Amino acid sequence: MAKIKSLDDLRMMKESLQSKINLREKGEDPGSHVQIKVAMATCGIASGAKTVMEFMMEELEKRGIESVITQTGCMGYCFAEPTIEVKLPGKEPVVFGYVDNKKADEIIEKYIKNGELVDGIIPMNYETIE
Amino acid sequence: MKDIALHILDIIQNSIVAKATLIEISIDEDFVNDSILVTIKDNGCGMSKKMIEKVSDPYTTSRTTRKVGLGIPLLKQNADRTGGYLSIKSELEIGTTLIASFKPSNIDCLPMGDIAGVISLTVSGNPSIDFIYNHKINGNLYTFSTIEVKKVLGDVSIGDPSISVYLKEMIQTNLEEIQIDSIGYKT
Ligand SMILES: Nc1ncnc2c1ncn2[C@@H]1O[C@H](COP(=O)(O)OP(=O)(O)OP(=O)(O)O)[C@@H](O)[C@H]1O
Ligand code: FES
Ligand SMILES: [Mg+2]
Repeated sequence: MAKIKSLDDLRMMKESLQSKINLREKGEDPGSHVQIKVAMATCGIASGAKTVMEFMMEELEKRGIESVITQTGCMGYCFAEPTIEVKLPGKEPVVFGYVDNKKADEIIEKYIKNGELVDGIIPMNYETIE
Repeated sequence: MKDIALHILDIIQNSIVAKATLIEISIDEDFVNDSILVTIKDNGCGMSKKMIEKVSDPYTTSRTTRKVGLGIPLLKQNADRTGGYLSIKSELEIGTTLIASFKPSNIDCLPMGDIAGVISLTVSGNPSIDFIYNHKINGNLYTFSTIEVKKVLGDVSIGDPSISVYLKEMIQTNLEEIQIDSIGYKT
């Protein structure tokens, strides 16, 4: 298909994706999705958070993992940027630091797919930081 | 930051933290008059006069306390270096408008970077906020509005991971077109 340029092109693309999206929305409630937050404070952006967020979006979609990826502000871990928080359905959120594309790939394959722990987890205490 | 697009990504985060529901990003690249203007306007909580003075000055504040951030001082430094400027207008409970001006002929001027990626990522990552993005190159304008996009998408969320790539493609294709038009305009 030609490149999407107008809102009409987007409408057509959406219609062709609709069945897939419908299936996903009817089949599951959002709580059953993997929820990912990418820290986007200045320090996160300067150390590559944009690339990591793009990688996660593309790869989770390609690998067929139901997920919601959002941006968040400072999580208080300047020293370990880029950082992401991953919440698997029914589990406590976990924060990973020093995430580049390679680490992100490992997080998807090991932690998200199989629940295996991987290096780079930051102990959770940011709830107390304002 | 290594390009203007990453600065914009960063400044938008300030508006998000300020609880804006509508954020307008305008970029005007006017190579005939050697000017790039970046304007980010939000309807967030705004800042007091005291706060505006504080955030604009990198020497008195950002270096001493950890509470004041680096985003605005870094952008100011990169704008000033080219012979441009940074200005902030803000009113409590009304919102904030930040303008960064660059002179593209200056060798210190950062490249634009992946602006289509920044806009699509920000839009996908903040589905409940509306964004209007105007990009002008030598007078040729492209406007992208999530208000319109959300109408087209209907009950499909703008944050749906399968949509993001197409939003980026849509912005990119239009930017390429105004870029080509602007070359015709120049000669
Ligand atoms: N659009 C805005 N609306 C309201 N307040 C703002 C806005 N932009 C900036 N501010 C205020 O100015 C402060 C400094 O902004 P700046 O971007 O320089 O640093 P920061 O966002 O605190 O941290 P960093 O950018 O380093 O992650 C913010 O903490 C906020 O209080
Ligand atoms: S300022 Fe760096 S993580 Fe918050
Ligand atoms: Mg900031």
